[in-house]
Amino acid sequence: MSLELSSIPHLEEFCALGGSYSDEQNLQPKDVRTLAERSLHSKKLVNDLDEAIRLSGLRDGMTISFHHHFRGGDYIINMVMAKLAEMGFKDLVLAASSLTDCHFPLMDHIKSGVIRRIETSGLRGKLADAISHGLMDIPVVFRSHGGRAYAIESGELAIDVAFLGAPSCDAFGNANGYSREGDTGIMCGSMGYAKQDAEYAKKVIIITNNLVPYPNAPFGIPESNVDYVVQVPEIGNPAGIMSGATRFTKNPKELLIAEYAAKVIENSGHFYDGFSMQMGSGGASLATIRFLREDMIKQNIKVGFALGGITGSVVELLEEGLVRKILDVQSFDLRAAESLKNNRFHQQISASYYASPSNPGTAVNQLDVVVLSALEVDTGFNVNVLTGSDGVIRGAIGGHPDTAAGASVSIVVAPLTRGRIPTIVNHVNTIVTPGRSIDVVVTDQGIAVNPARPDLKDRLIAARLPVCSIDELRSKAEKIVGKADPILYTDKVVGIVTYRDNSIIDLIYEVKE
Amino acid sequence: MDTYKLRRTMMFVPGNNPGMVKDAYIYGSDSIMFDLEDSVAVDQKDSARFLVSEALNCYDYNGIELVVRINDPRTKVGKDDLTAIVCTRKAIIRLPKTECAEDVTYCENVIAEIEAENGIPAGSTRMMAAIESALGVLNAREIAVSSKRLIGIALGAEDYVTDLKTSRSSDGIELLFARSVILLAARAAGIAAIDTVYSDVNNMEGFEAEVKLIKQLGFDGKSVINPRQIKPVHSLYTPSDKEIQKSLAIMDAIKEAKERGSGVIALNGKMIDKPVVARAERILEIAHASGITF
Repeated sequence: MSLELSSIPHLEEFCALGGSYSDEQNLQPKDVRTLAERSLHSKKLVNDLDEAIRLSGLRDGMTISFHHHFRGGDYIINMVMAKLAEMGFKDLVLAASSLTDCHFPLMDHIKSGVIRRIETSGLRGKLADAISHGLMDIPVVFRSHGGRAYAIESGELAIDVAFLGAPSCDAFGNANGYSREGDTGIMCGSMGYAKQDAEYAKKVIIITNNLVPYPNAPFGIPESNVDYVVQVPEIGNPAGIMSGATRFTKNPKELLIAEYAAKVIENSGHFYDGFSMQMGSGGASLATIRFLREDMIKQNIKVGFALGGITGSVVELLEEGLVRKILDVQSFDLRAAESLKNNRFHQQISASYYASPSNPGTAVNQLDVVVLSALEVDTGFNVNVLTGSDGVIRGAIGGHPDTAAGASVSIVVAPLTRGRIPTIVNHVNTIVTPGRSIDVVVTDQGIAVNPARPDLKDRLIAARLPVCSIDELRSKAEKIVGKADPILYTDKVVGIVTYRDNSIIDLIYEVKE
Repeated sequence: MDTYKLRRTMMFVPGNNPGMVKDAYIYGSDSIMFDLEDSVAVDQKDSARFLVSEALNCYDYNGIELVVRINDPRTKVGKDDLTAIVCTRKAIIRLPKTECAEDVTYCENVIAEIEAENGIPAGSTRMMAAIESALGVLNAREIAVSSKRLIGIALGAEDYVTDLKTSRSSDGIELLFARSVILLAARAAGIAAIDTVYSDVNNMEGFEAEVKLIKQLGFDGKSVINPRQIKPVHSLYTPSDKEIQKSLAIMDAIKEAKERGSGVIALNGKMIDKPVVARAERILEIAHASGITF
């Protein structure tokens, strides 16, 4: 059979057309196996991690990535790094969405040269301490969740191989943070940060303990983004990944701050039916939701959507009908993960959808209100969530600068002092979120409004809230705890803090012994 | 309008807890009582005294009324407490387990000596007395008038019910007599009457019922042991809009009658006599002190 094509005008523009069909050019035999057989012999399904690594084409000096949805219960990073060390890899760039206490074995891989440099949202524990004291030759690059998504999209952070742990996956790579096909006791809910890596990494390896029948729907990561699937006995410790529901605080100071924060929201001009909000997982943020709830019911106000790291407290509002929709980039507790699994109006989103500055319609830009925490806030409203009062790294940027920039009203909640450490200071150790994006600072001893927002200040004063200047808060704190000696640093840079647009906003120096 | 001293809530703070001593003022109670007595173990008496006196000297408690409960002034620990706290010139001395007028005068004499030795104006240190026994209740009247330094008397129910050989019940029937006697003694002496603590911080319903009861009896306020108990007391003690409007109408009617030179005052057909006016004045004073604008 031959088709006459030459009479079709402008045929040369249809570049995708490969000419006439012929059986000879389609020699691929038809697959007549059963679905079960195909799944069993899926080409993506490899025997072990060794094989997946070899097939991925990973070489010395390349960039590998991981997600942090397993939090303190993560086995993936340590498992993969031990294997890479055993296989003799050197000079790798480890780009994790974040790192935590349980990743201290990375110290050995840094010393032995397996890891050349690190990118992450945060560092904690022994690893953070060692890095603050000069463990690495090349500084760690800290990125916000939105900033990392943007760096991946723009090619600044090019991932060669992504190693993504998943609580469920089928033989073709449809992966998710939960499963409707039988639960192995491990679920992490949203895979928001992993979605981003899966979409952009050159090679993607899913590591799962729970191989489920095709199709693993609903999926967080589609098979089209996945190259290899490895089944291993364990991917994490369920107790460290997430526990029941995040507990409600009884700490009277946190409750007081929460009550103020709720009143700030109610009087911000952004408390209306359909407003949007994001709340952190700290004690005061969670309690703020409780206080808001009472007034939402009284005034018949519902939240249009709640965003972010999602907790059981937000889920309760969804189930009560007080929140219409949830956009979930990261589930903070089991209650949130279960809701994502069972509720159609609880939507999983990627890091880019959540917070990338490349996308003007990104979810953080649709926020009315965000409630954020802080280790330190200075009189210019700059916020530090990364380094402690001793200069040592002990936190994570998370979505702090992203949500602060996106939300119409960004509220930082923090006690005026923590023990003998002041929270409101002249200059923060490390600027993570620039003061121009912070609108209100709520402490137990007063509320300061950024002078750039006289509108908000007037509203809060009219509501008879204890409004004062940020300088008053700073001097109050100093009066209580006194002046601290300055932290001593060397000239060596151990950390580069980037803003969400990938510009460098601050540097972290090595702490002197 | 003169400022009316609100004593709706007196929050107890253990004197040996630095975090609580430092932050006690942020919760908005009308008074704070730092305890050096029952909540402090014997081996911590000195450190608690040092902590509280230093805190009183260093911190600005936002003008909140400060009270320190001392140990028995007849003991060395109690005498040391008195010396340290009187010298701060910042706090009212709360005398524990007061049984008779002599307990107050003994303490007053010690305070007077300390004032004299340290150049503190004589009589400037004020006191309050806690009545915590059957004998104390029976002597309430003389206790209440025993010193010009006294700003109020308070009921301490835990020791009192033990002394009565009973325990506390949910309706508080066992405390009715003591509450009534203490209240009458305080009113007769023209000083404040403060009710005892409610120790089950998780039972807000029971707590609120008790607050309603003591408010109805006439108490100025209640001792609280957790910041969570403050707000319910204040909201129960805050006059309602209706009460405020009615009181304002009464005050207007008086003003109008005075202008007319009329001796008989009526509002909506009801005669307004002196006690009605006094009650209206008190409601407006409380409302004003509670920060309500009208």
